[in-house]
Amino acid sequence: MSFISYLINGISLGSVYAIIALGYTMVYGIAKMLNFAHGDVIMIGAYVVMTAIAGAGMPPLLAVLLAVIFCTVLGVVIESVAYRPLLNAASSLAVLITAIGVSYLLQNVALLIFGANTKSFSSVVPVPALALAGGALTISGETIVTIASCIVIMIGLTLFIKKSKAGQAMLAVSEDKGAAQLMGINVNGTIALTFAIGSALAAVAGVLLCSAYPSLTPYTGAMPGIKAFVAAVFGGIGSIPGALIGGILLGVIEIFGKAYISSQMADAIVFGVLIIVLIVKPTGILGKNIQEKV
Amino acid sequence: MKKMSKTTKDNMITYLMVILIFIVVQILTSTGNVSSLLQGLLVPLCAYIILAVSLNLTVGILGELSLGHAGFMCVGAFTSAFFSKCAMEAIPVTGLRYFIALLIGAAAAGACGILIGIPVLRLKGDYLAIVTLAFGEIIKNIVNVLFIGKDENGFHFSTKDSLSLGLEDGGKVIINGPQGITGTPKDSTFIIGVALILVTLFIVLNLMHSRSGRAIMAIRDNRIAAESVGINITKYKLMAFSISAALAGVAGVIYAHNLATLTAQPKNFGYNMSIMILVFVVLGGIGNMRGSIIAAIILTLLPELLRSLSDYRMLIYAVVLIVMMLFNWSPKAIEWREKFSAKFRRGKNKSAKEAA
Amino acid sequence: MKMKKAVSAILVAAMAMTLMAGCGSKSDSGSDKAADAGSESGSVFKIGAIGPVTGGAAVYGEAVKNGAELAVKEINEAGGIGGTQVELKYEDDEHDAEKAVNAYNTLKDWGMHALLGTVTSAPCVAVGEVAQADNTFMLTPSGTAVECVQYDNAFRVCFSDPMQGLESAKYIGEKGLAKKVAAIYDSSDVYSTGIYEAFVKEAENQDFEIVAAEAFTAEAKTDFSVQLQKAKDAGAELVFLPFYYTEASLVLKQAAGMKFSPIFFGCDGMDGILAVEGFDVDLANNLMFMSPFTPTSEDETIQKFVKDYEEAYGQTPNQFAADAYDGVYAIKAAMEAGEVTADMSPSDVCDAMKEAMLEISIDGVTAKGLTWEASGEPSKEPMVVKIENGDYAVVE
Repeated sequence: MSFISYLINGISLGSVYAIIALGYTMVYGIAKMLNFAHGDVIMIGAYVVMTAIAGAGMPPLLAVLLAVIFCTVLGVVIESVAYRPLLNAASSLAVLITAIGVSYLLQNVALLIFGANTKSFSSVVPVPALALAGGALTISGETIVTIASCIVIMIGLTLFIKKSKAGQAMLAVSEDKGAAQLMGINVNGTIALTFAIGSALAAVAGVLLCSAYPSLTPYTGAMPGIKAFVAAVFGGIGSIPGALIGGILLGVIEIFGKAYISSQMADAIVFGVLIIVLIVKPTGILGKNIQEKV
Repeated sequence: MKKMSKTTKDNMITYLMVILIFIVVQILTSTGNVSSLLQGLLVPLCAYIILAVSLNLTVGILGELSLGHAGFMCVGAFTSAFFSKCAMEAIPVTGLRYFIALLIGAAAAGACGILIGIPVLRLKGDYLAIVTLAFGEIIKNIVNVLFIGKDENGFHFSTKDSLSLGLEDGGKVIINGPQGITGTPKDSTFIIGVALILVTLFIVLNLMHSRSGRAIMAIRDNRIAAESVGINITKYKLMAFSISAALAGVAGVIYAHNLATLTAQPKNFGYNMSIMILVFVVLGGIGNMRGSIIAAIILTLLPELLRSLSDYRMLIYAVVLIVMMLFNWSPKAIEWREKFSAKFRRGKNKSAKEAA
Repeated sequence: MKMKKAVSAILVAAMAMTLMAGCGSKSDSGSDKAADAGSESGSVFKIGAIGPVTGGAAVYGEAVKNGAELAVKEINEAGGIGGTQVELKYEDDEHDAEKAVNAYNTLKDWGMHALLGTVTSAPCVAVGEVAQADNTFMLTPSGTAVECVQYDNAFRVCFSDPMQGLESAKYIGEKGLAKKVAAIYDSSDVYSTGIYEAFVKEAENQDFEIVAAEAFTAEAKTDFSVQLQKAKDAGAELVFLPFYYTEASLVLKQAAGMKFSPIFFGCDGMDGILAVEGFDVDLANNLMFMSPFTPTSEDETIQKFVKDYEEAYGQTPNQFAADAYDGVYAIKAAMEAGEVTADMSPSDVCDAMKEAMLEISIDGVTAKGLTWEASGEPSKEPMVVKIENGDYAVVE
C-alpha cells in the first residue's frame, strides 16, 4: 500500500516539475537557449496571483488570467531587452549569463516589493481530493489539475507547432535560423512569440506549483527551476512529450529514492540516475540523436 | 622585446598585471591605505581568480560548458581542511603543512576530475553541462552527510549522524555533516594566493601554447577533423578537464584555509557558485585569461562596494551584470565600440603624423 | 577578431580601473572616517549588526534588523547609553560565511564598538574567529551552533542547539506526550542537525522510542510526503520538527492532506508560523514548540514591544526580532555596567563588556532576569508554547 502511495506522491511532485519543464523545453527547442530566469518568472506569476486574490479580491480564475497576461508581457520584455541583443553574439554562453543576471534581478525586485517573509499561497484549485481504496490513498485536487493541465498543454503545444503557421515558423527557426530568415520568416518575431508562450506557461506553472506546495518566497522559483531543467534534459531537451515524461520520472525517482534508499541522499540519487540515463542515452529519453557531419 | 613572439608578450602582460596589482596592494597596505574590508577580500579574490582561470581552461580552451566547477573546489577544500585539522599537532610548521594541504587538495580534486571526466566527456554541449551540474550537486550532498571522527582507535566514518560514529571519550568529530569542518587554521595569505595565481597562470598559459594545448584547441574547433589527423580525443579532453579540476581544488584549499568554518552550502559550493565562476569567465571573455582575472576582481568587489546602497545592492548588481554582458557581447555594441576605437586611433595617427 | 578582443579587454580594464579607483577613494574616506571618529567619537556609540537580508535566509535577517532598529530607536529616545546616542549599522551577509567576514570588515572600517550578530550559525562561527583575533565584543541574537560562542568575547541571546534538543526530549519524556516519536530534520542545515542529534542522544534516557528519523535537504524541501508517510507507517504519536516554520508550514499542510494528525513538536524556529500570510491556522492547531518568546503574552514589556513593532513594521515580531531586541538592550546594559565610553577602542570596549556581561541581568522580552555565563550561554528557562484556536498559549 505504501508503495502505491509513494508512487502517487511521486507523480504529484513530478507533474509540477513537468509543467515547469514544458516552458523550459519550449524555449530551448526554438531559441536554443537555457533560460535560467524561467524559474523566477514562475515566482513572479505566483506573486501576481496572490496579490490579485488577497489584495484586490479577484476571483481565482481571473487572477490566473491576469498572471498569464502579466508574465507574457514580462517574458516578451525580458526577451527584447536582455536576450535579443545577444542572439547573434559570438558565443551562445553570453545569453546564458544574461539570463542569470535577469534571474537575480527578478529575485531582488520581488524581495523589495514583497519582502522576504514566507507567504502561504491559498490553493486556487477548486477540485476536491480523490479518495481511493476506502480513504487509504488520496490524490489531491492539485495533482489531478496539474496532470490534466500538463496533458492539455502538451497536446495543445504539439498541435500548435504541427498545424499552425506560427508553429511551423518556430520549427523552421529551430532547425536553421538563417534559412528560415531567407524564407521570409520573421525570426525575431518568432522567438519573441516563443518567449511569450514560455512565460505564459510559467505563470500557469507558478500557480500550480504554489497551489500544491503553498509556500511563496522570492526564491521559490529557483530550485524547482533547476530541477525542471534537469527534468527537461532527462526527457530530451527540446522535446515536448519528453518534458512531461522527464518531469514525472524525476518526481517519482526523487520520492522513491527518499523512501527506499536514504532521505539524506535524495539529491545524490536523483542526479545519479540522471547521469546514468545520459551516459546510456546521451540525448535524453526522447531526444533525437543527430549524427554529426563533417 | 622585439624578439619575443606575440603570444609570449601577451603572456608577459598577464603576469605583469598580476604582479603590478600585488605590488600596488602591498604598498597601499603598508602605508595603511587599505580598508579592512579590502584586506579581508584579498585572499578570497585570489581563490576566485584561480577558479575563473581554471574554468576558462575548460570553457575557453577545451570548449565544453561545465556547471560543476564548485564541486571540485569543494573536494579540494574539504580534503585539505581535513588534512590540516588532523595534522595540526603532527606538523606544527605552517608552511610545510599548507604545502602538503595544497598538494592533497589539488590531487583529490584532480582525481575527481578524471573520475568524472571519463563518463562525462563522452557527452556534448548542454548535456555535458547538466551532468557536470549533477556531479557538483552530488559532491555537495555527499559532503553534507559525511561524518568523520577520530579517537584513540583511529578514524570512524558514518553517513548518518555524529552519534553513530561511536567515538570514545576524548574523540573528536572532524567532519560534522552539514556543520562541516570548524577551526581550520587560517593559513592562507595574500602572498601565497598571488603566488598560486601565478603558478596557475603559468600552467594554463603554457598548456595553451604547448603541443597538447594545440591538440586540445583543435578538438574544440573541430572534433572530427582533429580525430581524423590522429589526435587522441579522450586523452586530451581528460587532460584539460582534470588540470582544470585540480586547479579548482587549489582554489578550494585557499578558500578553506581562510575561513574558520567550512560548510557545503548551496551558496558556496552549489550550482550557484559554479554559475558565478562561469559568469567571471564569460564576462571576461571566453578563452581570455586576463579577462577572467579582471572580471573576477570586478564582480567580487562590486557587491561589496555597493554596500552603501543597502537594500538595493543586489538589484543594482544584477542590472550592472546584465548591462556589462550586453556591452561586452552584443554584436551591435561591439560594432559601435570598434567604430569608436577606430575613430580614436585615426585621431591618434593623425596627431602623430602632425607631430612628425 | 583580435581587435575586438583587445578593445573589450581595454574596456573591461577601464571598468576595473574605475572600480579600483572607487575602492581606493572609499578606503581613503574610510581612514578619514576613522580619523574623524577620533574627534567626534565622544558623541556616539556604534553598534554593528550582521545578518542575511537577501537570499533564502533573508526572513531571519530582516526580523533581527527590525528588532534591533526598534531597540536602538527606543534607547536613543530615552537618552542613549549613559547619555551617549547610539548608531546602528546593519550589513548583509547573504547567509554566507565569506560574505559575513566582509560585512564584519566593513563594520570595522566604520568604527564599530560592539557587534550584534551574526544571525545564522555558520557565518557566526567564521565571524567569531575574526572578532576574537581583533578582540571585538560580539553578541549573537540567534546563532545557535555550539561554536558560535566558543571564545570569551562572544555571547548569545538564544538557546544553543544541543540545549534545545535536550530540553525538547526531556519535556516530551517527562510529560509523557508520546511513546512513539518520529523526527524529521534538515540534514543540510547546521541548526536542524544540531538539535536533532542532541534530541536523539537524550531520547535514550527518556521513556519514549524514536520510531522513524527522516531527513530532507535544502535542494528537496518542497515535498515531505515520504517522511510523513514513514512516520505514519511507524505509528508515531508525535513528530519532532526541528526546523524553521517556512518548511514546517508545508509539512503541516501535507500531513493534513494525508490525514495524519500526531502531535507536532518544534523548536524556536517554529515561531512565526502564525504570522505567515495566508496560512491556514487550523493546520497548526495543537502544534507545540519550544520558544523563549510569545507575542500574545500578558507581560507588559512584551505587549509594548509587540505593539511598537507592529506599528513600525506592520507584522507580528517573531523570536528573531525578540532576540535582537533583547540583544541590543544587553549590549546597553553591559556598556553601562562596564562604564564604556565612546572614545575607547573596540578592544578596550570588549574587555570591559565581557566582564560586565557576567554581572548584568536584564528583563527582556525573551526572559525575565536574563543573565549570562562565562561560556557565553544565556541562562533562561525555555517555555513550551502550544497553538490553540489559532493563537499561542503557554503550556506549564
